[in-house]
Amino acid sequence: MRAILFSRPTAKLSLEALVRLLMLLAGVALLVIGLLFPLFAMLVKSLQGRSGDFIGLANFVQYFQTPALVNSITNSFRMALTTTVVVVGLAFLCAYGVTRTCMPGKRLFRMLAILPILAPSLLPAISLVYLFGNQGFLRELLMGHSVYGPIGIVIGMSFWIFPHALMLLTTALTHSDARLYEAADVLGTPKWRIFLTITLPGVRYGLISCLFVVFTLAITDFGVPKIIGGQFSVLATDVYRQVVGQQNFQMGAVVSVILLLPAVLSFMVDRWIQRRQVAQLSARAVPWQPTPSPLRDWLFALMCYAVAGVILLVIGTAIYASLLQFWPYNRTFTLQHYTFQGLAGGGWEAWLNSLKLAFSVALVGTLVIFFNAWLIEKSDGYQPLRQGLHLMAMLPMAVPGMVLGLAYIFFFNQAGNPFNWMYGTMAILVLNTLVHFYTVCHLTSVTALKQLDPEFEAVGASLKVPFWTTFRRVTLPVSLPAVLDISVYLFVNAMTTVSAVVFLYNSDTRLASVAVLHLDEAGYFASAAAMAVLIFLTSLGVKLLHAALTHALLNNAQRWRQAG
Amino acid sequence: MSMLRRLFQPMLLVGAAALSMAANATELTVYTAVESDDLQKYAERFKATYPDITINWVRDSTGVITARLLAEKGNPQADVIWGLAATSLLVLEEEGMLARYAPEGVENLDPKFVDAAYRNGEDPAWVGMDAWVAAICYNTIEGERQGVPMPTSWEDLTQPAFEGHVIMPNPNSSGTGYLDVASWMQLWGEEQGWDYMDRLHNNIARYTHSGSAPCSLAATGEAVVGVSFAFRGARLKSQGAPIEVVFPEEGLGWDMEAAAIVAGTDKMEAAQTLMDWAVSRDANELYNEGYAVVAYPGVAQPIENYPTDITERMIDADFQWAAINRERVLAEWQRRYDSKTEQ
Repeated sequence: MRAILFSRPTAKLSLEALVRLLMLLAGVALLVIGLLFPLFAMLVKSLQGRSGDFIGLANFVQYFQTPALVNSITNSFRMALTTTVVVVGLAFLCAYGVTRTCMPGKRLFRMLAILPILAPSLLPAISLVYLFGNQGFLRELLMGHSVYGPIGIVIGMSFWIFPHALMLLTTALTHSDARLYEAADVLGTPKWRIFLTITLPGVRYGLISCLFVVFTLAITDFGVPKIIGGQFSVLATDVYRQVVGQQNFQMGAVVSVILLLPAVLSFMVDRWIQRRQVAQLSARAVPWQPTPSPLRDWLFALMCYAVAGVILLVIGTAIYASLLQFWPYNRTFTLQHYTFQGLAGGGWEAWLNSLKLAFSVALVGTLVIFFNAWLIEKSDGYQPLRQGLHLMAMLPMAVPGMVLGLAYIFFFNQAGNPFNWMYGTMAILVLNTLVHFYTVCHLTSVTALKQLDPEFEAVGASLKVPFWTTFRRVTLPVSLPAVLDISVYLFVNAMTTVSAVVFLYNSDTRLASVAVLHLDEAGYFASAAAMAVLIFLTSLGVKLLHAALTHALLNNAQRWRQAG
Repeated sequence: MSMLRRLFQPMLLVGAAALSMAANATELTVYTAVESDDLQKYAERFKATYPDITINWVRDSTGVITARLLAEKGNPQADVIWGLAATSLLVLEEEGMLARYAPEGVENLDPKFVDAAYRNGEDPAWVGMDAWVAAICYNTIEGERQGVPMPTSWEDLTQPAFEGHVIMPNPNSSGTGYLDVASWMQLWGEEQGWDYMDRLHNNIARYTHSGSAPCSLAATGEAVVGVSFAFRGARLKSQGAPIEVVFPEEGLGWDMEAAAIVAGTDKMEAAQTLMDWAVSRDANELYNEGYAVVAYPGVAQPIENYPTDITERMIDADFQWAAINRERVLAEWQRRYDSKTEQ
């Protein structure tokens, strides 16, 4: 049956096949130009001297002979490992509460726990200064230790990474087989033993994957250590300091290569684990439903709401800080810091630029990424091309933002490069952001497309409808919830990201997130807080809009899902 | 489908607007280290006189802008430099990166504020705008609370009472930081200068990226003492910060903010127009709104929170020395003290 449906008249095939081939090639070209070439340019740069001559590994030798630089490697690993333990520990407990207990207010907690994603990672760092700095109202809690340094870095990173870990672990803990628990119950197995022998093994892949994701996010984060790190240097801030502070691009490239290694390694381990996870849950599994247990439920609720309280405290502090006349000496409220009066280029224009970037990335990125995923998933033929595209789509996840941004300078700023015109424009920011966040969108698209029956394409073809019409009339509308998810994900990340774009903006394309950084550097702390809050509120607004839209869509256009 | 269209049409419009770039009259790319709270004002005043010229600013701290200009030497991106330390411009001139030009009215300026070559009959490579002067910001509330006395001299800052309470800018990134270092060396000689900084380093909490940040941190009580410059101290005090602006008794280091045309610009006419304006009386009145000492004689009006005798307290600064030794001194500074640099 399928074979008959797939055999099409040859004349038709050639036109469609040609278009399909061209589109696949365009997808490949996008990632080759937007990812592979820049990374290659960066590798080359790390092997060059100041005047561009090839000097082998001399830069690396110099790097390892400079104690101030080498220290950052251990610093980065220490920070990332500590953050990983803190975040994964907390997120596991919270995810357990959400999935395996009958704690009250689960929905509210999950909503609150997602908030940090909507803020730039600079926001928690700014709040921490107000909370635990020398004038902070909670500074006694640190018992004389300075928040500027390891303590601040770990708290700040934990704040914004927590939602990522929570989502991963909630998904992992959701899938469970009730039959195993019943059997254990019947056999009178103690609770702790059930936990160790059933629960933990059941989520081991999700847990390990979460460990690596959190570790990667922590070791590559730039915003938190930049603001609150004090004199404590990490790899990501070293890249910035070498490049922006000292214009030493070669050394910046060297640090980037070193920063790339742990990220790539952790990415490969994660991919390897993902592959083993397949079919862990059999079709016969019965979903496990928690039964009420007042003490346990309330303990978990207490803990989850303590975490949510901290999240609200951090965000609330940033808002509070942005509203005070002159902290800490004049605590009258004012909206003056939101006027960004006289802060050239760092005010509302920057916010508008960010908005333009976020909308452009959300629109272009969603269509391009979803369409590419569709080409990979729903085409036949060109197997190597499709596989290559899929592989490249997975790669951006392993490339830290700082590295990608710097790589773009090296590649696009070459005088002979035909894409040189993009340098310093909004277009390069759009391309960079699109590539930076490609992987998650690609995976979301693939998941959504796998849910669709392949017969759609087959039927379309048998009705002699060209594939792009099938895509436009059937696939895209049907996948609208996933498409909306992707566009919001891209929007929020384009609003909040700072690490890659900090190297790529110019005077007319300054972004809000970069403005936060510069305002803080120059000592305008309240304005920096105001801008961070502005970014947060913008993301929040779009997120709420998205929720409403998805709700409406599911009620109307997606009735078939429920019916089916 | 109509659903889709309704959904995406506004997005498309915004997307299209984002991608279309409005074409304008002459656009000048200007590199500057002028304080960002004044930058907009500079742009507006200039624009009022010359509406056909649009300025694209690239602003960062002195050291960053200088490093960037040097890095772009092969393929300069800037047309004009307006508001960068004279010591940096001297370095750039040494590299042959500045185009000589005598702005209309340059003869009205105090000769000290114009490239020395002008006195020998050549066109100047750069012209000065105003002087920015070292100062210490001292938080009176925190000083009392933490038992840190108000300093009156540079030497005071090395006293044990100040340990961990002093913040100063990193001279590698900050022009204010470098003028401090250069002035200490000119005051006491190089060896004594390093000796002083070794002792000062023991008391430093951290070195910041910008020259404003130490004063801002002192103003918000994050530090007690911030080594900064008079402009920022005076302004923060006017905004209600509980700080005293201290002018150390040994003498005040200073540097000039200056302007120059970048050699090789293809917008020479507009660049010269900007330079003509930069030396005008109007422009100097504008500089005087933030700085007590400006290049145009007779323009300067006293400024709130500045001492009236500030010119007498400024040291006899040798910019030539500061420029020639810049790279060497900064490298040595980095070797000795970089461990406490803010990231």
